[in-house]
Amino acid sequence: MSLTAPSDPAPPPRPASEPAPETGPSVGGSDDDAPPRPPFAQDWRRIARMGAIGAVGQIFISLSNMPVKLDGRAIIEGVLSLGYLSLVVLPLAAGSRVGHQLRREGVPFHRPGAHEVVGGAACGALVGGGLSLLAILIANFNLREPLVNWSPILADLLAFNRGTAFAVVIWFAIGAAVGAAAGLLRVVPPLARRVLWTMVLTLFGAAVLESLTTDLAEGMGIEALIDWFYAPRGGLTITGAIALAAGSGVLALVGRGRIKGAKARIDALEGPARNRAQGGLILATAAVLVILPMFAGKLTNELLANVGLFVLLALGLNIVVGLAGILDLGYVAFFAVGSYSAAVLTAATSPRINPELPWFVALIGVVILTGLVGLFIGAPVIRMRGDYLAIVTLGFGEIIRLLFLSDWLSGWFGGSQGITNIPGAEIFGLAEVAGTDPRSVFYLVLAFCAIAIYVSWRLERSRIGRAWMAVREDETVAEAMGINTVNVKLLAFVVGAVLGSFSGAIFSAKVGSVFPASFLILVSIVILVVVIFGGMGNIVGVIAGSAVLIGVLGGPKQPGLLAEFSEFKLLIYGALLVWMMLARPEGLIPSVRRTRELHQEELAQDAWLRGQTEDGHVEHGEDRA
Amino acid sequence: MSSAGSGTASSAERIPLLEMRRVNAHYGAVHALRDVDLAIYEGELVCLLGGNASGKSTTLKTLLGMLKPTSGEVVLDGEVVNDRPTSYRVARGITMVPENRRLFKRLTVRENLQLGAYLRKDGDAIATDMERVYELFPRVKERLAQKAGTLSGGEQQMVAIGRALMSQPRVLLMDEPSMGLAPALVQQNFELISQIHEAGMTVFMVEQNANMALGIADRGWVLQTGRVVLDDTAEALLANPALRTSYLGGGHDGSDNEVGEGPAAESSSQHAC
Repeated sequence: MSLTAPSDPAPPPRPASEPAPETGPSVGGSDDDAPPRPPFAQDWRRIARMGAIGAVGQIFISLSNMPVKLDGRAIIEGVLSLGYLSLVVLPLAAGSRVGHQLRREGVPFHRPGAHEVVGGAACGALVGGGLSLLAILIANFNLREPLVNWSPILADLLAFNRGTAFAVVIWFAIGAAVGAAAGLLRVVPPLARRVLWTMVLTLFGAAVLESLTTDLAEGMGIEALIDWFYAPRGGLTITGAIALAAGSGVLALVGRGRIKGAKARIDALEGPARNRAQGGLILATAAVLVILPMFAGKLTNELLANVGLFVLLALGLNIVVGLAGILDLGYVAFFAVGSYSAAVLTAATSPRINPELPWFVALIGVVILTGLVGLFIGAPVIRMRGDYLAIVTLGFGEIIRLLFLSDWLSGWFGGSQGITNIPGAEIFGLAEVAGTDPRSVFYLVLAFCAIAIYVSWRLERSRIGRAWMAVREDETVAEAMGINTVNVKLLAFVVGAVLGSFSGAIFSAKVGSVFPASFLILVSIVILVVVIFGGMGNIVGVIAGSAVLIGVLGGPKQPGLLAEFSEFKLLIYGALLVWMMLARPEGLIPSVRRTRELHQEELAQDAWLRGQTEDGHVEHGEDRA
Repeated sequence: MSSAGSGTASSAERIPLLEMRRVNAHYGAVHALRDVDLAIYEGELVCLLGGNASGKSTTLKTLLGMLKPTSGEVVLDGEVVNDRPTSYRVARGITMVPENRRLFKRLTVRENLQLGAYLRKDGDAIATDMERVYELFPRVKERLAQKAGTLSGGEQQMVAIGRALMSQPRVLLMDEPSMGLAPALVQQNFELISQIHEAGMTVFMVEQNANMALGIADRGWVLQTGRVVLDDTAEALLANPALRTSYLGGGHDGSDNEVGEGPAAESSSQHAC
């Protein structure tokens, strides 16, 4: 971003002791771009470094057996499978990255050209070379001993069934070609780039969402159309792919700037008009969510219900972690307590007490019990701060599961046998919600999500919400403001616990049985990843995070759209988290608030740099006695 | 050295607004405050001077109730508040501007101010006080929707003071107002403090920067390793050569933020009491 904007409006006069005026960043600024660099005057060290990192990453991906497992999933019939895609993803990324230039004030920005293509090709070839090396290693050494994960099919996959020599050559070539293509993407004009990206993402999306779209199409009676797009054995047909690419390309051309324009118009609205626009958007979303499941089959509704359960959990954890800043690594405890208490209160088969209450009546008991457990766990935990708190919550999460598993309480909760034959949830005699009818489960989850979203939204803007955020920002100062930090944090803990217990109560009615094994520590981690991935403290982000991670990759035990990924779920979660922390710490969908803040930070920093001498604001550490 | 409990003649009969009576406080095993006597009267601007680790911040924490004294009494407007939590004391008129300002950086300026009024339930009066803060600091009003962390140092100081004023305090505790600010801003900050004081606010300021603090204060104490070693009017303290040489460390001219530790600071903590 170039920060020299001569056309900016003149700032108001200011006292000499304050920072320089904040000039708005002017994006683009192609007038003062330097001419393209010559093709072979490369920063070879950078290329070598990125190529090496990419090669190691690509070898790692291959040896994790991902390509073989994913090869069964076609993206375009006979042309590209998800497995081969996983083999070219890093040459693509590295080839693109090596051509990246920062726009910096006072540093010439070279127009992309042949330089970027050559650099991308060189870097991509290095990454591809990693696979060539792997092919040689596989052919000459016994790698099965130390590295047990990969299967011998990998060799055939790498060699296209034509022998090691072919593999060595072809992966250099593929790497170079893919890297060059990535570099080329930097050269083409922005419009063409956008169209290309839209096409690629549409194709990928259509392939990934295949089971979803097929399911929906069956519900709407348009199987014929779907059969034309998708091949019988999965993946898009070639004609279908071409049609989709062309269609999305045209749409991208026609629609360019319109979505952004509409969003900008909504953002620019003030007061009631803005509220109306947002209200309309929310209503439309709600309408889609209510109507969509009617056309969807079991599979889609099952998926939606699972996503909904995690949305509910993530919203609860978002209050604890996102708003109050309490890093709770044992959140699954409340999911477990919710599930078990609902099971005990509703199931006739519950070992010790079985009041067989209707689900909605039992829910009152669930809320009270979980609230009490939240208080009980929270009271000692909440006095700790930071790392210690996180570790202790981790412990409590496990303790709860082990209690349900223990022989000591097996008379109450059935130990490892759990509680089975839990009846579905009866909704005031209107409908029975049970796992056999995922659509009803989804509607129930949707209703509770709506409640949770409303509660979160109201709390965030309330006095108590402000107190939570104050505690998150600076606990000592919050205390000095007169906030009873212990009570306030405990309240966040309990509110989060109760929201989690709703999810648990629905879960037990849906599945019909609860076992300690359903409440592994992994569940806590997945929910936390969802919250971080979506954007901490941001309701829309948390929902989007659940949809992407749980819907596409799958939950701890629930399959997602890409069932082939289930083995590599954690690997991908981890990679996503690392990337997220590096590139987008604010999460997938940063709140408007947060974006503005980051933007302001940039401007403030810039102003600070300019006005440093006159402003005199010296940043000190806060570690002084 | 014994703590001199003289007090100024003019304030002898009045009840202090905030008082420490022979307060001892510990951080774990460390004896942080030793028989500290302080009395702050309504309408005064007083300061507590001391080098690093002399117990200045501990004094503030004890006054606010974030640290319980091991013996002695903290008295707020005639009431012993030893067992009262911070929220009780804040509601009854003590408030603090923390060192380094410590705003809630990711919250907006408006939210920071609202949090200052956290314990108040009188919505209309809060709105009036907001207006008063804007009058005092017009720049703050321009920044209401901005994140506090994005403000300049001077603006942050304004918000920090505004946040403290939002609790309708009777006495304002200021923890090292000169810390982390460049000399020009320190000057401005001290002018701000005396301005607030002239408007009728009782201010208790904790500082290392003796010249600056005594320049605006009425009275002052000097704290060394948890003990009050000097208690006098500002003029007398400024004239006292022992102030810097013995208690506040080496021959700094006072315009510097960093006043070194007293030479005897570490060793004397071993054998006292």
